[in-house]
Amino acid sequence: MASGTIKIRAKAVDGVAEVKALISHPMELMSKNKTTGEVVPAHFIQDMVAELNGKPVLTGQWSSGISKNPYLAFKVNAKAGDTLKLSWKDNKGDSDSAEEKVG
Amino acid sequence: MSIQRRTILKGALASSAVGVAVGAGLLAPQQVLAAWSKEAFEAKAVGDALKALGLAGAAASADVTVKAPDIAENGAVVPVTVESTMKDVQSISIVAEKNALPLIASFDLGAGALPYVSTRIKMGSTMNVQALVKAGGKVYEAKKEVKVTIGGCGG
Repeated sequence: MASGTIKIRAKAVDGVAEVKALISHPMELMSKNKTTGEVVPAHFIQDMVAELNGKPVLTGQWSSGISKNPYLAFKVNAKAGDTLKLSWKDNKGDSDSAEEKVG
Repeated sequence: MSIQRRTILKGALASSAVGVAVGAGLLAPQQVLAAWSKEAFEAKAVGDALKALGLAGAAASADVTVKAPDIAENGAVVPVTVESTMKDVQSISIVAEKNALPLIASFDLGAGALPYVSTRIKMGSTMNVQALVKAGGKVYEAKKEVKVTIGGCGG
């Protein structure tokens, strides 16, 4: 179980909050070492969800094609003081979540 | 060595605390997370991936915008932003047409979410980034070519 992998920033302007999030994750593609033939299995975030005051506003399914240490920005109708929660789960069953108040 | 060991121990302690919280049902992300579509994400052809997501037969639309650099020096980190001016957008999906696994991500928008998603993706070579927007039960698409100097999908 991971922790402290998510950084969120959200600022509301005229009723719309732009949410920016950074997640620490290797987002490893499945790869094969050309000399040793060793196969490195893929390791990536598969599912993520952003909730505003407990209601899902953005649900994402990802592949290993999202860059390492994923960045995600989205916009949602929100006001200062609302609670944003972001959670992720990867293909190895690891997960994390974090909450942040809209500023 | 000892510093590293300390970090690892600290990490183990912190994660076990979260583990306890999950065990107690305080945190349960899997309850709200959607089921990952294996069929769509493991598809090697764009058409198969979109079909599996129910996004086949998209019509080109000027109301969908894909923002990405003309030239990406590093294919491992290509910023992509998808935006739409349409109302009632249900989902936004991003496809890198020539990647071995073309489907990058698919987002479902809940109440209150605006049709705007920005992220960073990996691209193996020069290709189109395709954005699919589902609105009012119909599927629309837009494309943007990105020239990739160094591919980001290693081998």
